[in-house]
Amino acid sequence: MIDFMLNGRPCRSEATPETSVLELLRETLGATGTKEGCASGDCGACTVAIGEPGPNGELRYHSANACITPAHQLNGRYLVTVEGLAQGESLHPAQAAMVECHGSQCGFCTPGIVMSLFTLHEQQRHAPAPLTPQRLEAALGGNLCRCTGYRPIRDAALSMNQHPDNRPQWLDAAAATKTTEMASGDEAAFLQPTTLAALVDCLKRHPKARLVAGATDLWLEATQRLAHFEHVIDVTRVAELNDIDETTLEDGRSGWWLGAAVTYSRLEPLFEEHYDAFAHLLHRLGSQQVRNRGTLGGNVANASPIGDTPPVLLALGSRLRLVGPDDGHGVRERELPLEDFFLDYKRTALREGEAIRAIFLPRPVAGQTLKVWKLSKRREDDISAVLGAFAWRMENGVMRDVRLAFGGMAAIPKRAAHAEAALEGKAPDAAAFQAARQALGKDFQPMSDVRGSAHYRQLSAANLLERLRLSIAQAETDSSREVMLHAYAH
Amino acid sequence: MRTLTKLNKSTEIADDATADMSADSAVAREELEGRIKGAAPLARDTVHPGSHPHSRAHESAVKHVTGRAAYIDDLKAPADALHVALALSPVAHGRLTRLDLDKVRDMPGVVDVVGFHDVPGHTDIGPVFPGDPIFVEEEISYVGQVMFAVAAESYRAAREAVNAALAKGIAEIDEQPACLDPVATAERGEFVRPTHVQQSGDWEQALANAAHVVEAEQFVGGQEHFYLEGQACLVQPTEDEGVIVHTSNQHPSETQKLVAEVLGIPFHAVTVEVRRMGGGFGGKETQASPWACIAALIARRTGRTTRVRLPRADDMRATGKRHPFHNRYRLGIDEQGVIQGGEITVIGDCGYSPDLSDAIVDRAMFHSDNAYSLGEARVIGHRARTHTASNTAFRGFGGPQGMMVIEAAMDDIARRIGEDPLTVRKRNFYRPGRQTTHYGQQVDQIKLLRELVEQLETSSEYWARRRAITEFNAESPIVKRGLALTPVKFGISFTAKHLNQAGALLHVYTDGSVMINHGGTEMGQGLHTKICQVVARELGLDVDEVRITATRTDKVPNTSPTAASSGADLNGQAARDACVKLKQRLFDFAHEHLYKDQGLDRDDMRLEAGHLVAGYGESERRIPWGELVQTAYLNRILLSEKGFYATPLIHYDRNVGQGRPFYYYAFGAAVAEVSVDTLTGEYQVDRVDILHDVGDSLNPAIDIGQVEGGFIQGMGWLTSEELKWNEAGRLISDGPATYKIPTYGDLPPVFNVKLMEGHPNSMASIYRSKAVGEPPFMLGMAVWSALRDALASLADYAEAPRLDTPATPERVLLAAEELRSRYDSARLERGAP
Repeated sequence: MIDFMLNGRPCRSEATPETSVLELLRETLGATGTKEGCASGDCGACTVAIGEPGPNGELRYHSANACITPAHQLNGRYLVTVEGLAQGESLHPAQAAMVECHGSQCGFCTPGIVMSLFTLHEQQRHAPAPLTPQRLEAALGGNLCRCTGYRPIRDAALSMNQHPDNRPQWLDAAAATKTTEMASGDEAAFLQPTTLAALVDCLKRHPKARLVAGATDLWLEATQRLAHFEHVIDVTRVAELNDIDETTLEDGRSGWWLGAAVTYSRLEPLFEEHYDAFAHLLHRLGSQQVRNRGTLGGNVANASPIGDTPPVLLALGSRLRLVGPDDGHGVRERELPLEDFFLDYKRTALREGEAIRAIFLPRPVAGQTLKVWKLSKRREDDISAVLGAFAWRMENGVMRDVRLAFGGMAAIPKRAAHAEAALEGKAPDAAAFQAARQALGKDFQPMSDVRGSAHYRQLSAANLLERLRLSIAQAETDSSREVMLHAYAH
Repeated sequence: MRTLTKLNKSTEIADDATADMSADSAVAREELEGRIKGAAPLARDTVHPGSHPHSRAHESAVKHVTGRAAYIDDLKAPADALHVALALSPVAHGRLTRLDLDKVRDMPGVVDVVGFHDVPGHTDIGPVFPGDPIFVEEEISYVGQVMFAVAAESYRAAREAVNAALAKGIAEIDEQPACLDPVATAERGEFVRPTHVQQSGDWEQALANAAHVVEAEQFVGGQEHFYLEGQACLVQPTEDEGVIVHTSNQHPSETQKLVAEVLGIPFHAVTVEVRRMGGGFGGKETQASPWACIAALIARRTGRTTRVRLPRADDMRATGKRHPFHNRYRLGIDEQGVIQGGEITVIGDCGYSPDLSDAIVDRAMFHSDNAYSLGEARVIGHRARTHTASNTAFRGFGGPQGMMVIEAAMDDIARRIGEDPLTVRKRNFYRPGRQTTHYGQQVDQIKLLRELVEQLETSSEYWARRRAITEFNAESPIVKRGLALTPVKFGISFTAKHLNQAGALLHVYTDGSVMINHGGTEMGQGLHTKICQVVARELGLDVDEVRITATRTDKVPNTSPTAASSGADLNGQAARDACVKLKQRLFDFAHEHLYKDQGLDRDDMRLEAGHLVAGYGESERRIPWGELVQTAYLNRILLSEKGFYATPLIHYDRNVGQGRPFYYYAFGAAVAEVSVDTLTGEYQVDRVDILHDVGDSLNPAIDIGQVEGGFIQGMGWLTSEELKWNEAGRLISDGPATYKIPTYGDLPPVFNVKLMEGHPNSMASIYRSKAVGEPPFMLGMAVWSALRDALASLADYAEAPRLDTPATPERVLLAAEELRSRYDSARLERGAP
């Protein structure tokens, strides 16, 4: 049984574990305002807003792709759909602005766009900030429109605040309504533990269960391949997996243990403060809808060779903390370097009944630089053809601790050991980088696929090293010559 | 039996066309004269200046933003409605040797299973020419071809049954080698339709006499429509032998015909209704029919309402796309870069069957000149058969692919003679003395084209930016900028002459409210909004008093597809025709019964601001519209009217490749500036300026929306939207994760879009407006040309690199590397830095 609030009204419904929010809305509840464009989380036509109590108990809404959000994750949440915004004939500012700016043509993507604008409007209420191009891109980059070319949608976003603030009262009043959290009884197929101990207990009882956090990848199995899930363990409510803990490792490195269920959106401020390049990558990872739900833990566990964050974490020397049941009734934990985690294509060191608890992000050290460059056909909401993540520090004019990691170049996210060796202890000059470029041929034999040919991958990966050289030289000489495009630079 | 609309008797048609033409030309000259001089029914009626009173919001805008606008899958159906899933061929070419459908019937939730042998009527649902079986009989022609359909109690059960059936091997296929290369099939003469040739003058002599000859080849990629609402329909059985079909569909009449033929019942037993589409772009002109036919078959067999909607991946595999083209040109130019003549060959990759490919490749040929006089030229168009889905209509209908060849040539000529590409383009524009196309049509409004380009040249500061870019590139080794202005001249009319007709049905109810129906369908382009505006304008009413509901084949019959940008041109005229007739009747009535004794002149009567007005000044009399209507009703005056329109003047003789296929041309131009990272091939579009000709706009807001949306879609076609098939012929870019249409961030940061003012259509179109659906699509070519310009800087502008499309970062990088490898080594040899 799923218990939630739908547009301010309590709603209870049964659903199989693999049911999506979109199926629940359209097929069970007959609420067809929310559209299916792709059923894969790529087009945004099904965008809804999901409210959760914030730090002070007030509701905070984020956008999500209903097509790949498990219906059971609505438990205790406050779902807002396009049908809920207008009050009689009086439109919400997001809707009024879309009408006034001619923001809809065929109208099929419009409910999703309205909901993305609605969440932007909510954010502006809580924390008003200038609507910079970057912010609008983040808010709207996950909503495909095939008709308008987006200009009128931009105008609608920029003019929402000029419309009367007709906002349903229940958006706030709902916070007072307490909906019941579902118990994760033995019979439940969709398990929602809230503590680490409960999670481990679930893992012990159902070692073959599918683990889900943001569901931004797993739910494609449900929608595209019609998978049935016997048991699903939802890790998003496990308190310990939502923590960000400052720590110092035994090897003396300080940093943070990032809970595996922390969403990308929650990581943004931390990355922005410490790793500009990582934050910039995050802005190009999926869409806002995906970043609101997707997690670092999911990206690592998924072990895709074209996942965006693993190469960065490899370049930074990240470690993982895994949990599982011990022989008795307790919890067993182990730690390992991230590079030991990826074994082969989509195969990891994670044992049956184990889960990722946290990912270690080291604090930047003096003289260290991180560069992350992602190559894809489209700048926003695309998957990498090649991603290069490069970390090193300068010491007496030479490069030290050089770590070069790539995505899209092998069956797993992988460091370029030969290229690293060519640069380690060398001055960042043309000769060293020429050697590194050549060494890259020993590190990788990439494949051709829909995102790029092997030749392009090899060539562009080598050219990213050339860009690295130029960007170091540019920083040293303070040259105004552009070494890359500003839309891609950070 | 084939019906009249199935044009498989090509000889008869050709004879008709010849007869038509000779009769036509005398009438045509006279008519043209009259219309241009304003004697014809429509005198010019300009858009009111100032506040754009015609910029009405889309008629469904409020419904769109509240989620109340219903699309096919939103329609409520009875609880026992069936859901259909399709079993698609996993191979590109082969023979279906066994199909054991009985094994599928017992699967959970399955109610019915249908294949080729279950069809009572026609099994070929080719829209114009035969060649599209509703289900595979034996021959399999592409990955994604429908082998059979399963109807079940739920969508999931139907899809699961299909998967399980295929996994169990109920279909045995003898796989054969697939042919995926259209150039190879063209060389072997494997065509879906015969090659067509257009020729003017002695092109060989022109080439021989030319100062220079430029030649090149290019590949122009296809494009997935990616309408956000996938293919869908809902079919209800009626109490007699027929069905009611709700479908997301640009051509209801054709679907009506095909459904009737498949079921073996008269057309009048089938009613097709289209309220709106969640995007069409040509992808629902012919390719929406198969699903309706299959659903109708199941609905009749089971007596239950039947729903089909294709999952996105099935949709992308099963339906055709924009044709990829392989083009070649060989042109003779003089010292100034002016084309003297030559030869252009276009090869359209049609996929496995004709579909609309004849007309599409024709249109590519009609537009291989774009805005330039080819001189003495021959244009050849091949229709190559390959083992892929049957490629189909897509905004521009071959025109864009044809234009790409001449735009490539313009850049190449400019590099050859060392002039700016814009200078070369302007020299080659249609101009006095060189005003006739290679297919014999006079290009009028050549002054408009020149003015439009000059205005844009100035407003975009083309030359100042050109200088700045040249300076920037000289100093910037990695990042290179490019700039290009490309024009568009697009011919308006269906090239299949009989399609240039439209009907409308006007009802006035006794409360004065007005209902208009017409043959066009609404796919987001704002057609219904424009038609309501036409009716409101004719009847002097507020637009809110006029309503359009769904397009239905039982209201306006025998309609043409909403395609070729013709929706407002044709249906607007038909709606106006109905209004004019009704108005005349009301005036007659008013004159007879209301004003006769007051001596008011019948000729002075008019409908304005919700009143019938007669006379002027002191003798003016006004009757409120509602009162007029009620009085007319009580006096037994018919308050309903039909309208009809057929485009005059047009003709084309395919036997000689000459004629006047287009009623008029629409023009436009775009300037794009790009920056390219020559290390990675990444690029960004920095600024775009557009000036576009819509004659006197029917609705400037809607027209701007079409221009902007068309441009972005055209840009996507040429940049990020890459269709990829694997070696076995399976489409591997089969969803939005792998097929990238432009997203919000692709909107250029500076995007200046304006409609050309002060140039009404020279032809008597509806209120002297111009069609706007397709022409702006081709403005996207400016981005591609600007990319070539940026890359050319690597060769000191001595040549423009070959840049096939879509120009993905990969293609851009490889083009850059190729130029660099040649020119950098040349520089080293010269001892340059």
